[in-house]
Amino acid sequence: MVYEVIVSCGAGGKSHRLEIEKATSGWECRLDGQPVNVDAVITRRDVLSLLVYGHVYEIKREQIATDLHMWAGTTCFAVELRDPRSLRSRNLAAGDEKGPRKIFAPMPGRIVRLLVAENSDVEAGQGIVVVEAMKMQNEIKSPKKGIVKRISATPGAAVNPGDVLAIVE
Amino acid sequence: MFKKILIANRGEIAVRIIAACREMGIATVAVYSDVDRAALHVRKSDEAYSIGPAPAAESYLRMDKILDVAKRSGAEAIHPGYGFLSENAKFAQACADAGVKFIGPTPHSMEMMGSKTRARQEMEKAGVPVVPGTSRGLVSPEEGEEVAARIGYPVMLKAAAGGGGKGMRLVHSREELRSAVESAQSEAQRSFGESEVYIEKALVNPRHIEMQVLADEHGNTVWLGERECSIQRRHQKVLEEAPSPIVDPDMRRRMGEVAVKVAQAANYTNAGTVEFLVDQQKNFYFLEMNTRVQVEHPVTELTAGLDLVHLQIRIAAGEKLLFAQSDVEMRGHAIECRIYAEDPDNNYFPSPGKITLLLEPSGPGIRRDSGMYEGWNVPMDYDPLLAKLIGYGADREQAIMRLQRALGEYFVAGIKTNISLFQRILRDADFQEGKLDTGYLDRLLAKGNQDVTSAAAEPQIEELETIAAIAAGMFAVLDPTSPGSKNADTTGQVSAPSNWKQKGRSDGLH
Repeated sequence: MVYEVIVSCGAGGKSHRLEIEKATSGWECRLDGQPVNVDAVITRRDVLSLLVYGHVYEIKREQIATDLHMWAGTTCFAVELRDPRSLRSRNLAAGDEKGPRKIFAPMPGRIVRLLVAENSDVEAGQGIVVVEAMKMQNEIKSPKKGIVKRISATPGAAVNPGDVLAIVE
Repeated sequence: MFKKILIANRGEIAVRIIAACREMGIATVAVYSDVDRAALHVRKSDEAYSIGPAPAAESYLRMDKILDVAKRSGAEAIHPGYGFLSENAKFAQACADAGVKFIGPTPHSMEMMGSKTRARQEMEKAGVPVVPGTSRGLVSPEEGEEVAARIGYPVMLKAAAGGGGKGMRLVHSREELRSAVESAQSEAQRSFGESEVYIEKALVNPRHIEMQVLADEHGNTVWLGERECSIQRRHQKVLEEAPSPIVDPDMRRRMGEVAVKVAQAANYTNAGTVEFLVDQQKNFYFLEMNTRVQVEHPVTELTAGLDLVHLQIRIAAGEKLLFAQSDVEMRGHAIECRIYAEDPDNNYFPSPGKITLLLEPSGPGIRRDSGMYEGWNVPMDYDPLLAKLIGYGADREQAIMRLQRALGEYFVAGIKTNISLFQRILRDADFQEGKLDTGYLDRLLAKGNQDVTSAAAEPQIEELETIAAIAAGMFAVLDPTSPGSKNADTTGQVSAPSNWKQKGRSDGLH
């Protein structure tokens, strides 16, 4: 199995080529061409016990809306896993950079108001809609500079995590 | 003793009260709103009844519905917990009228402490130190200017019926006073239906220290030690400890005696808390009395060696306190962290949602009072408090070490929590030295996030980054059908694994 893994902690991401193969005992693993001595056991759903050269790591997996996180202790890494042989992966990768970006609701809540209209220009970080949860209001911001192609949020409506609120292109 | 108690609350405190009832052999009745059917307090109770839609005003605040459930279920007493109806004198009266025992003080004591000006008047009469200022509502802005000139700026305007920072204004100079009085009055009118506003000298960066009291219905009142509650944000406590790092035995005794005097002046019964502001010279002033069990009661339970909820129930059942003040002994140190569903990376904005993974700490010196479980959907309709993690040790240093260990084992996925905030606080030098005041947390947060990832015990980020990459691949290989593996597309939905693809790939491995 060969993966392209993009890992980021805060700004910027690093891309790694990861090869994992079943060996006679355990796994044979190469990271960016370098062999790594790894043993891995899933101890319960979303919890992985890793042994790397005798060092113990407990890695927790979290999926929020479309994001995949790996938690090592208190440090959270956002991870994207791609199969470099899959055409779809490559297309998606291209779309991420240039094409339309969907804005998702990060949590359950209620739409309070819209801050921009469809077809308006927005800057990266500009507020698009306001979502209320637990008596607090939160501005959901645009991930990029562009034009608001569609707003699917309606004031007063309830939203769930992962619901598309708007599309910025 | 009661045979059955209704708990008019939800979340961790309802679960905690149910535990006390079970220990005492008392049957429990839970109430729940539409979004709380699967909540932990419902699962843990013996009987449970629906009381309406999610908004608290239509469920947990509906006295008629709760009393109706009490009648239907045959509950003899109601424990109100904290928040919701716990400090509502009308509810306490309605319980009395319905022949159900309200586990708390009498409506009369609650009313007296409910109005801050009235409480101040009573305390002045009883000779209790209060923050300099007026103990009656201001009749005009001119009167406010006069008082402020006498006690000195800065001053604090406060709504008599206030709470939670509403109707409160900090005023630095005479020029600001008039408009501040007017806006505080109109905010008080809107929030509490009462525009009465009074004036107090504003203490600069005070400490917030409170004293636990307990009074039976036979005239016995005792104090059980203080709690340091200076670590706050948006007038919300975040971390509490007992004892306070600055209170010595003599100050403790004086505060305790004043607190008992406060309780006696109000003919107080059951558990209560007297809040004090403490200035830099360690002078303490009466602030208000909370007429309920507090969120932070566990730190007192651990250091005083008493179960406050058991005692609340015994007192309400008419039992006498079986110990005197001289029997009360404080031992060790306890610190409580309030685990909130809040996003530290987004200005601590609430973060409800489904808990997909929950790893909980326990072990030496650790107590956890929790209202959550894995798979539960944290509703967006209520306070974001999920659980409380309490560390106990022979001294403050050991309590801190144990909490740090336990926080490292605490993991909640699917929603955001403020667990990382406590790791920051506990390793902060000012905190470790006990240099605390109500401005502490804002100052810590203003320092920014730089120090979060540089915990000494953590291996280098770069090393962890490669570990995260390997882990992501191992997860996908060992558990290919789960979310996040190669079969998950960008909408987050997991597509069914293609058998052909799987076959092809496993063949390719040989």
